[in-house]
Amino acid sequence: MNIVLFLAPASIGLGALGLLAFFWTMRSGQYEDPKGDAERILYDHLDEKPPVQD
Amino acid sequence: MSASLTLERDLEAFVRRDEAGRGRLELLVTGARCAACIRKIEAAVAGLPGVASARLNLTTGKLAVELAGNEAHPERVVEIVEGLGYRACLFDPAEAVSAIDREGRELAVALGVAGFGAGNVMMFTVPAWAGLFGQELTPATLTLMYWMAAIVATPCALFAGRPFFRSAWASLKRGKANMDVPISIGVILTLVVSFSETMLRGQHAYFDAAVTLLFLLLIGRYLDHRLRANARSAARDLLALQTPIAMRLSGEAEQGVPVAEIVVGDRLVVAPGDRVPVDGLVEAGHSEIDNALITGETALAPVTVGARLHAGALNLSGRLVMTATARSEGSTLAAIARLMEAGAQTRSAYVRLADKAAALYVPVVHTVAAATFVGGWALGLGPREALLRAAAVLIVTCPCALGLAAPAVQIAASSRLFRKGVLVKSGAALERLAKVDHVIFDKTGVLTEGRPRLVDAPDHLLTLAAPLARASRHPLAKALAAQAGAGPVAAEAIETAGQGVEGLIDGRRARLGRAAFVGIKDGDVRETELWFGFENDVKIRFVFEDRPRTDAAEAITRLRHMGLSVEVLSGDLAGPVRDISQAVGVDHWRAGLTPFDKAAIVDGLKAHGRKVLMVGDGLNDAAALAKAHASMAPGAAVDAAQNAADLVVTGEDLGAVAEAIDTARSARRRALENFGFSALYNFVAMPAAMAGLVNPFIAALAMSGSSIVVLLNAARPRLWRGR
Repeated sequence: MNIVLFLAPASIGLGALGLLAFFWTMRSGQYEDPKGDAERILYDHLDEKPPVQD
Repeated sequence: MSASLTLERDLEAFVRRDEAGRGRLELLVTGARCAACIRKIEAAVAGLPGVASARLNLTTGKLAVELAGNEAHPERVVEIVEGLGYRACLFDPAEAVSAIDREGRELAVALGVAGFGAGNVMMFTVPAWAGLFGQELTPATLTLMYWMAAIVATPCALFAGRPFFRSAWASLKRGKANMDVPISIGVILTLVVSFSETMLRGQHAYFDAAVTLLFLLLIGRYLDHRLRANARSAARDLLALQTPIAMRLSGEAEQGVPVAEIVVGDRLVVAPGDRVPVDGLVEAGHSEIDNALITGETALAPVTVGARLHAGALNLSGRLVMTATARSEGSTLAAIARLMEAGAQTRSAYVRLADKAAALYVPVVHTVAAATFVGGWALGLGPREALLRAAAVLIVTCPCALGLAAPAVQIAASSRLFRKGVLVKSGAALERLAKVDHVIFDKTGVLTEGRPRLVDAPDHLLTLAAPLARASRHPLAKALAAQAGAGPVAAEAIETAGQGVEGLIDGRRARLGRAAFVGIKDGDVRETELWFGFENDVKIRFVFEDRPRTDAAEAITRLRHMGLSVEVLSGDLAGPVRDISQAVGVDHWRAGLTPFDKAAIVDGLKAHGRKVLMVGDGLNDAAALAKAHASMAPGAAVDAAQNAADLVVTGEDLGAVAEAIDTARSARRRALENFGFSALYNFVAMPAAMAGLVNPFIAALAMSGSSIVVLLNAARPRLWRGR
């Protein structure tokens, strides 16, 4: 039973990590141009970073 | 400013500058599709002197350009992009100020938190459900599971529920109860009851329900928001393309100013191909004016010094200098704008399906939940069990399915229409469109192509005049040249604004232009025409007309088959209106109407209980568009018409009208199916909850199940295919 006390926080921590990653993708504007990003990733000479947010 | 620069349009008004002098410029680029396009455009623009960086957003088609100093000319940026073969338009900074979508971001964050909560709380509630079915779970373990569920669910629910709590509070302060009131009460009561049950070591706690419920509701909210935000920004893009910048003369220099800043007495330059910015009088120059968007009249009006110009008219051939006699708000437009406002007010009185459903739902659910608590207590259940059952009623009846019913369908319908080139401005617009039973078309630019085409001229005459036509910038000459195809261009061609073009063809002097210019006393002013002749020779007449769109007749037949009556209302003369109406197969037409007549006719039909769809593109249609039950405008329409319309058709097809009505009707049918299903579900779930037959497992199953059924029904592809 004691293992629950370890596993439960661990899995919630992993979930929270995912949630933070989602917030980060949103803040850094990664949903602004899905079509363009899909093309940009194919070429080295294109700037593949999302634009800076105002 | 040098002499050559004064001829260029001053486009500095498009640049937004910060204190450091860095500028930002936005262009709408059409035609870019792939990585190669991105590379070409970005590299070319970034390579211009004075440009710090350029970035193309392929999804929205917007090119953001950062300027380092005053060196870069906006006109050069447009030129270089157009030189690469794309269409580029500068954006009006006032329109382009893209308000960061705060509401959308807040909903997305809330949705993420609710999703996290709903997923992770399952870790503890699934074992608890197993315990409910007599599996090996001691009461102590059950309580432990509930406590852990509480730790995850409570903060998530309180955070994700903020949009609902806020809206419910605002609604209560106004003394009303919207759908968010039972949602908020339901969530808070569920949390409170679950805490007390856990502390009292009860069997049932609903922590998972509280957060799952918010997750499902937020999906509906987010879809609805996206629908509105997308349509709003797309509509704003269209408007920003028709930028209201006028060229003001100060001394000898031309300066670009926003139309709103023009004052009476300003001297303005209207170049050929530009629209007249405000009402005014011609001070210098001759030209021809196309009033089609204002009066619907297709014949071109010659203007010269002293002539009156109306805002919105198109200057065709010569450069005009005019004196403003009205400000932008005081122009002919003002009266039309007032009518439009009145129309928009009556339209906002329309009650959406979802709001009608909510009006029924809210009191019923409140009453039943309260009755369960009071009745249960009175019948000897004890306050704890009675409260638990009341909470169960609120949970199972929570309007997840109801909240998803309309937005899910409407987003499916509008994205389908978007792919067909129709832009839907709101979900309410789709609902209104579904109820339409009478369609009114404007003639010019809607039933017709809105530009002149040469009427059957023999080929040898065409070949004769073509060299001169190729040398001219006049739209009629251009139409003639287009018909003739490629070929030689006349030598020594000189264009006289508002008159015509003169030049040498095979060494012979010839003229192409207005009747008087070619040497004919007077032409038939009723028709759009061009004359051509060699010096001292027979003169030839070319007649132009605005042709109906190729699919107009077919589109109107289709509307008839759908049970709609069709009518044509036009400001043009009776002759052309009759011809076009007959050509496309419409028996009812009226000609020579003012904008006010059109609006009055729509009002009259409304008074007889008809639901009118108005399709129009001009200023003369704007009031009627705003007053009609539903309205559509082509993408080439003036901004006032696009503002007033519910739907904007970006393609050339008139068939989109029938397509849109078809889609709106099946969307309405499907939304009603969804409401029916939600009602049925509540009808079954409510008594079960009152009788105490619902446990947390059943509540979770019922709640998600009903939402999924509604979503699947909206996404069901078969019906969307239409015919």
